[in-house]
Amino acid sequence: MGLLDKQFTDDNIVITKVEDLLNWARLSSLWQMGFGLACCAIEMMATSASHYDFDRFGVIPRPSPRQSDVIIVSGTVTLKMALRVKRLYEQMPDPKYVISMGSCSNCGGPYWEHGYHVLKGVDRVIPVDVYVPGCPPRPEALLEGLLKLQEKIRSESLVNKSA
Amino acid sequence: MKTSEEIFNILKEKFGEAISELISDKPAESVIIVSPLEIDKVCSFLRDEKDLEFNALMNLSGVDDANGEKVKDENENEIFKGGTLSVFYHLESINLKHKVTLKVSADRENPEVASVEEIWRTADWHEREAYDMYGINFLNHHNLIRILMPYDWEAGYPLRKDYQNPEFYKGMKVPY
Repeated sequence: MGLLDKQFTDDNIVITKVEDLLNWARLSSLWQMGFGLACCAIEMMATSASHYDFDRFGVIPRPSPRQSDVIIVSGTVTLKMALRVKRLYEQMPDPKYVISMGSCSNCGGPYWEHGYHVLKGVDRVIPVDVYVPGCPPRPEALLEGLLKLQEKIRSESLVNKSA
Repeated sequence: MKTSEEIFNILKEKFGEAISELISDKPAESVIIVSPLEIDKVCSFLRDEKDLEFNALMNLSGVDDANGEKVKDENENEIFKGGTLSVFYHLESINLKHKVTLKVSADRENPEVASVEEIWRTADWHEREAYDMYGINFLNHHNLIRILMPYDWEAGYPLRKDYQNPEFYKGMKVPY
């Protein structure tokens, strides 16, 4: 875009494509579901706090899946929790996005072999847009993941929805 | 303050047959072996007796002794036949500053242990966990249901040495 950070002195018009406008609006206000599972959630909270400030990307935690655009699966998804994660995802309105944060949620992490209770990757129950590696990922890594998601949304098309 | 040996002698005098031995040759704390169906009476006595006064159950944990006969089941998996499952009780008297460890062993096929949940409320969730992980049946527990695994988990008790993880749980693939 790059246009809206310029200063306008008079009334003016900006010409853009509908797609670009919608994508821009969408990626600039990704409301996140206030939802944490394990130690990754602590890093996610640190990312939301003032030092890393998720809010400058338009990410604010919402208390209900019905008001959220993105779910950050932050932590170990147990088999017991997997059913709940799936239900929460299904309660979110379209368009909805998923960030899988940390090794556990990506592939089972340290529980991959002997974790009788762990789902080996949240992508077995819900479709994931961005995987953030790390155990847990630092806030910078999560921010990078969010930028990747924004990039993905920026190239979305109304006719051929990619996510 | 009393040593494990003194406590063992007091218990032996009071309960006789129910207290079988004192194991003290290990480089850890001494363990008193108690009969699984008498453990509630023994614990009640330990808590209420004036010069023992064990008012805290520090920990209650299950153990798979894996001492049965190893046999193959129909799918060629190694399972245990016979043998025992055990429960350890770590008690402390906060006032008198002494500790004791009790152990009970129950049959693996039908592990029944008397519940101490009425004596120390701590035991409530600890016994549920031992039930969840090892399938030890605590008699007279008021709410003996799974605590960590899903309530409808049917694949067995995960911390038993011969546990086999299922291929699927509610349509989700479990192995890596």
